[in-house]
Amino acid sequence: MAFDTGGVAAVREYIRPAQPLQIAPEMLDIMGWNSEDYARAAAPTYPNLIDEQHIVAELYSINNVPMSVWIDERGHIVRPAEPAGATDGFRTMDRTTYKMAEEVADQGRIARKRYVDALRDWVAKGDKSEFVLSPEEIRARIQAPSDKDAMATANFRLGQWLYSNGHAEAARPYLVKARGLSPERWHYFRQTLELEEVGKASGPDFFGAIDALGNRPYYPPVEWKSPGK
Amino acid sequence: MPTTVIYGDKTSQVASASAQGDNLWLSLDDVHRATGWELKPEGVCKGEICVPIPPRRHDEFVRADKSFNLGAFARHLGQPVAYDDAHAVWFFGEGSDARRNHLRSLEAPDFTLPDIDGKKHSLSDYRGKKVLLLSWASW
Repeated sequence: MAFDTGGVAAVREYIRPAQPLQIAPEMLDIMGWNSEDYARAAAPTYPNLIDEQHIVAELYSINNVPMSVWIDERGHIVRPAEPAGATDGFRTMDRTTYKMAEEVADQGRIARKRYVDALRDWVAKGDKSEFVLSPEEIRARIQAPSDKDAMATANFRLGQWLYSNGHAEAARPYLVKARGLSPERWHYFRQTLELEEVGKASGPDFFGAIDALGNRPYYPPVEWKSPGK
Repeated sequence: MPTTVIYGDKTSQVASASAQGDNLWLSLDDVHRATGWELKPEGVCKGEICVPIPPRRHDEFVRADKSFNLGAFARHLGQPVAYDDAHAVWFFGEGSDARRNHLRSLEAPDFTLPDIDGKKHSLSDYRGKKVLLLSWASW
C-alpha cells in the first residue's frame, strides 16, 4: 500500500527504477537487504494499491510503514498491525553518511529474515502455524482508536481533501491538528511534512521527532507468539 | 457555493446545505442522498438500523422547513466531524466505539482502492486466499 497524497501523479513523478548497481551499500544496510535480494528483478504479481486518504491505516490502526496485517482465507485477522521486519537500527546511523555499525546492520538483516521466515511458515501451515495468534491475544494487541484518533482522522481527511483540491494552505492546519491529536500515528506526521516540502518526511523534523522518543521504540519489537505457546 | 459533504467513503455536492457553527442543515432528500440516512416516524434509519430522536430535542434535529441537522445527528452518534467554512467542506467519520467494535470482531474490514493504472481492487476479491496487507510509502 502506498500512502501518498497526490497518488498516481506523485508515484510517477518521484519513483524511478534504480539500477541494482546504483544503490549505496549504506542503503542496503538500512533496509536489511543483501545485494542479491536487491538485484532480483521485481515483477510483482500482487496488487500494489494507492491509498491517498490513508483509509487502510484508519481501518486497521496501522500507524507507520512498513507495517503488516495477516488475514486468513476466511477474512479473519490472524496477526494485527505490527512492524514488518523493520527495526530501530536506523536510529543509530550517521545521518550524513548513512553508515551504521556492522552489528546493527546484521541485527536488521536477522529481523527481516525472521519476519519472512514466519510469513512463509504461516503460508505453509495456515492455522497450525505457531505464528497465528489466539483471538484473545489479537484483541489485546490491537491498538484500537481513541476518540482523539477518530478526530485526528476527521481532520486528516478534511486536510487531504483540501490539499487534493488545490487548497494547500487551507489544508495545513487540519493536517497539523491531526498530528497533534494522534502524535503516535507517524503516517499523519510524515505525510504532512512531505506535503510541505518533498524530502521533508525523512529530514531533520522527522529525525527530531525520532530523537524525542528517547528510550521509547519507533518500531516496537515484534512478539511472535501468543503467551504460553 | 454548494457544500461538499464527505460521509465516510462517499463525497457529495449538496446545494441545500446551510452551516451554522457546528450545525449543518440539509434537506431530507439531500441527507438521504449524501449519507443513506432517512427520517422515518420511528427515527433516523439506514437499512435495518433506526436511531430514535429524543422527543424533547426534536427541534435540534429537524426544522419546520423539513431540513435536518446532520451536525447534531453526528454528535448524537458520536461521530467525529471536521469542517472548513471557507471552502464549504464537511467530513463525517466513524466514531471510535464503532471502529473499536469492528476491530475486536477480528473480521478484516473491506476496502476498495486503485492500482497505478486506476484498476480498482477490493480486499474481498481475495477471500479464499491468505492476504499479507503491507503498508509502504513514497510520502
